[in-house]
Amino acid sequence: MISTKAAGSGPIVGPAALHELLREYKASGNAYDELMDGSGAIRPSYAPLLETFGSLGQDGLNRRWEAGRRMVLEQGISFNIQGEGGGQARQWQLDPVPMVLSSADWDYLEAGLAQRARLLNHIIADCHGPQRLLKDGRIPPGLLYAQPDFLRPCLGIQPAGGVFLNLYAVDVGRSPDGRWWVLSDRTQIPTGSGYALENRIVTSRILPEAFRRMKVRRLAGFFREMQQALADLAPRPGDQPRVAVMTPGPYNETYFEHAYLARYLGYALVEGQDLVVRDDRLFLRTLSGLEPVDVLLRRVDDDFCDPLELRNDSMLGVPGLVQALRAGNVTVANMLGTGILQSPAFMAFLPGLCRTILGEDLKIPSVATWWCGQEAALSHVTSRLDDLFVKPAFRPFSGHDKGPPPHALPRRELLERLRFQPHSYVAQERVELATVPGWHEGRLVPKRYALRVSLVSTKNGYVAMPGGMGRVAAGEGYGLITMQRGGSTKDVWVPADAPVEPTTLLYEGAQPVELKRAGNNLSSRVADCFFWLGRYTERADGTMRLLRATLARCEPAGNNREVAPGLEPLVRSLVHQGIIPSGHWLDEVQGPDEASRAALLEETLVRAVFDADQSTSLRAMLGRVSNLALVMRDRLSSDTYRVARSLLEPINELEKRLEESEALATTCALSALQRTLPMLCALQGLASENMTRTQAWRFLDMGMRVERGLFLSVLFWRGLHCRAADHPGLLEALLEVADSSITYRSRYNILPNIAAVYDLLMMDPGSPRSLVSLLDAVDAHLTHLPRALESALPDPARCIVMAASTRLRLVDPNELVRKRGGWSRTNVAQALDLLRQDMPAISDAIHATYLAPTAISRSRGG
Amino acid sequence: MPRYKIVHRTTYQYETPVASSHHTAVMRPRDMPSQECVDFRLLVRPRPPIQSQRVDTFGNQVNQFSLQEPHTRLEVLALSSVVVRPRSLPPRSIIPAWEQVAALARQPVGTEALNAAQFAYPSPQVTIWPELGQFARVSAPPGRCYLDVLDDLNRRIHAHVTFSPGETTVGTPVEQVFVRRRGVCQDLAHLMLACLRVLGLPGRYMSGYIRTRPPEGRPRLTGVDASHAWVAAYCPGSDWIELDPTNNLFPESDHITIGFGRDYSDVSPLSGLLVGGGEHTASVGVDVHPEADDA
Repeated sequence: MISTKAAGSGPIVGPAALHELLREYKASGNAYDELMDGSGAIRPSYAPLLETFGSLGQDGLNRRWEAGRRMVLEQGISFNIQGEGGGQARQWQLDPVPMVLSSADWDYLEAGLAQRARLLNHIIADCHGPQRLLKDGRIPPGLLYAQPDFLRPCLGIQPAGGVFLNLYAVDVGRSPDGRWWVLSDRTQIPTGSGYALENRIVTSRILPEAFRRMKVRRLAGFFREMQQALADLAPRPGDQPRVAVMTPGPYNETYFEHAYLARYLGYALVEGQDLVVRDDRLFLRTLSGLEPVDVLLRRVDDDFCDPLELRNDSMLGVPGLVQALRAGNVTVANMLGTGILQSPAFMAFLPGLCRTILGEDLKIPSVATWWCGQEAALSHVTSRLDDLFVKPAFRPFSGHDKGPPPHALPRRELLERLRFQPHSYVAQERVELATVPGWHEGRLVPKRYALRVSLVSTKNGYVAMPGGMGRVAAGEGYGLITMQRGGSTKDVWVPADAPVEPTTLLYEGAQPVELKRAGNNLSSRVADCFFWLGRYTERADGTMRLLRATLARCEPAGNNREVAPGLEPLVRSLVHQGIIPSGHWLDEVQGPDEASRAALLEETLVRAVFDADQSTSLRAMLGRVSNLALVMRDRLSSDTYRVARSLLEPINELEKRLEESEALATTCALSALQRTLPMLCALQGLASENMTRTQAWRFLDMGMRVERGLFLSVLFWRGLHCRAADHPGLLEALLEVADSSITYRSRYNILPNIAAVYDLLMMDPGSPRSLVSLLDAVDAHLTHLPRALESALPDPARCIVMAASTRLRLVDPNELVRKRGGWSRTNVAQALDLLRQDMPAISDAIHATYLAPTAISRSRGG
Repeated sequence: MPRYKIVHRTTYQYETPVASSHHTAVMRPRDMPSQECVDFRLLVRPRPPIQSQRVDTFGNQVNQFSLQEPHTRLEVLALSSVVVRPRSLPPRSIIPAWEQVAALARQPVGTEALNAAQFAYPSPQVTIWPELGQFARVSAPPGRCYLDVLDDLNRRIHAHVTFSPGETTVGTPVEQVFVRRRGVCQDLAHLMLACLRVLGLPGRYMSGYIRTRPPEGRPRLTGVDASHAWVAAYCPGSDWIELDPTNNLFPESDHITIGFGRDYSDVSPLSGLLVGGGEHTASVGVDVHPEADDA
């Protein structure tokens, strides 16, 4: 390694630096290389980029790449890995060196791929309609009939404009002679355009001078075409059509792209549960009722889209969607059933079909493919088994045995399988993919790649996104490049011959915009998520405060272990909330085993912090906050998201130390609480301060307050049932858990007095943490919700809130001083008892009014 | 010709109110060479605001309805009158060796064979696996008359699986039925179809009713009839040959067809998706009344 910072001289830049960057660049084998031709000369398309590289030098480039890495991290670009526990997000691996594609190459690709998209659309239209290709013997029957993705209930449905394939993505590669080949078709859920856009944003920012100089063609125009194309699909003519992106949810591998596209294109991101079919029309369930949806850009697999008519075990779809399609009331892009074209078996028939249907030759060939369902093909495949790559022709029916991947089988077993169910297999020629420069340890190295191109069907035919997503293999190898197995992606630059117009969908300075003070109407499911995020964070908060106060009141081991005053109501409250199990430490009897009881209690409290098994444990609660944050990822700021996802870190960390030393258990538990509590406060602060005052915020805040009301009323009520209810130690503990010690001290210069404390905690409207303030806040939220604005009468939740708040205001706290010893029979205690029953009732009423049930079940019979 | 009046009543009782629900019913006996449906009515309580009907890709009538008001009970009553024309087997002279039928299914010539070909492949509930191939091939030595192959398979499956209600559900995999050797008419039909398809022969799942013959000299009992399932095998140049492995016979005039598909999932008599509802109980009753003497 040559030091680039020799004493006295600056970093090496210019031709020498370029030479150094390319020192080990050699095209592998006889693969085509995008950077160098056979003689080792640089291809002209790469020259301007390399010039920039040379002028930046290794150090300069490394700094750029580091900036790019940070951008990826900050934007939270990710890809979920399947099979590694729900929704393990892996950071997006961006290879920062853009791939350069000459205009000539691009024009050739665009024309060829547009032709292919047209052809595929004709094929699917025929298979779902007249089936002439089948009747004329152009498509063998097994190719359709054996396919699980050939959806019988969708046959005969004519989509808007006769277009089934609204979006199309395709992987292409180059063979050693430089020819382009299609490697695979993505027709059902064509992904990649959103990731390509992200790659572009990052790469163009870290290499701005090269980007400008090379006049790289922009991507925004493609998305504008896409917006227009989707708007044109609306079956209802007239005003603004409503488009929604339907996602299977945050655990899906490409969820990031769903959320990103929805935001970039300005569509609602919805899940199946958000949608409902009524009167054969599709609607989005929102807080103000049902809103029609005209176009669904779906990212859910074909057969999962309607559990009534398609796969009945689907939890991701909308019952009745197929009927809504049949009635012509909604457009789904891509149309259900387009999945069949993804079968590589079709590739074997495309050249013939292209001539029959379009009367032209297929411009870009597919990788040579044989479908074993035909006898001649089968015998060809069995005779060349070692040269070919055998793979499943279709995905299996759900529940049918998938078996090991065919290429991993021993030869004899593979032959048996091929003969037993030949129509289930295809064999393909192994392609030696071309290479493209990538970055590896400070130098450019050749890496095998495939290019994913995205197309959209417009009024003027199929239009391709100029560029695409370069997918780069992690190691050496043939044909297989997948994101699941640790490859990376790169931006693809197509230099324009003429200067490019910068366009973007995000801001259009010149055009007047209708000013809005409220966001899009919130879907009921998302409102529900916010409500529960509020409840769970608050429950975790209360749990931690209560545990901390209780633990701090446990005397160090070895001393006279008399139970501290005020401990009892705290412990009873913990038991009541299910945070610790009930046990004999609550027994009233004093005796010789007092010390062991205290030790046992301490152990139980420590377990309550670290225990993972109980559904009501602190850990479980924090886990729920973290999971909800994942589900709501696109609705939270990235800071909020990061804090929520790291909530369990201190506990996990301290648990390891706990194993090392049992003596320090209480210290570890306290320290875990001390470290987690500020994080939770930060989360609550971020969530409520950084959120605009929308419906979402109202539900979050109501959730928090309802939970706090429940938590505190139970605690205070327990406090009044204690023999030492007026003991300053206990009152101090109540103030501490309610986070009101400072307020108390600022008002009273005395030791905690029972009437003063209960007045502050319950009835003082001037204290933001009092029960009355909390009810008032809930009341204010409820009056601002859509249904309240329409109705003359208060909704059921508000009725309970108003009654509870009035009841609290009428209570006289001085009663607590007068009835010393009989606290549990005072009006204050009674008000608390009622309130602890009211809080769940308020939550239920909010649910019933705004967040209606969505659990779907199925019935079969007859 | 025998004429039947069929009353098919399905009642669901839900623990908590169902907010809304969508249902599909395949309950109208289809018109086909072996029968004619002279009357059909589908009565749903509560009355659904949205009702429609369509013909599916196999030619069955599908009724669809949605309920959009909360309800705790749903009753579906299907009333049909059907005239059955007794089936007869095609003459042996036109029946080829079984391999010829399989070859035609693989490379169909003509519309009839093409339509049949779609029933020759595995389907959601009919899987095939190598051991089943061995089982099926015992009945299908090279060159054997197709009818004899069918008859032999029907007999062997009847013998292989003991009819025992309650041990399987509509979702029990056919492989499990084969191994445990217990099941109901649906399971026997699926297993028979798997045997046909593993040989490359097209087989349809038949959904319908059966009139169980009363014992000699005793009046017919109400309530012993039930919805039934059997199969039909493609026969080139003729009607499909129906086989009932549950009863080990070729149906004549005691079987009333509702519809057919690749398996149960294509012609489930009643399926529904409910929002809310909690636990639910279903009760199904079928009465098959012969109206005319079937002498």
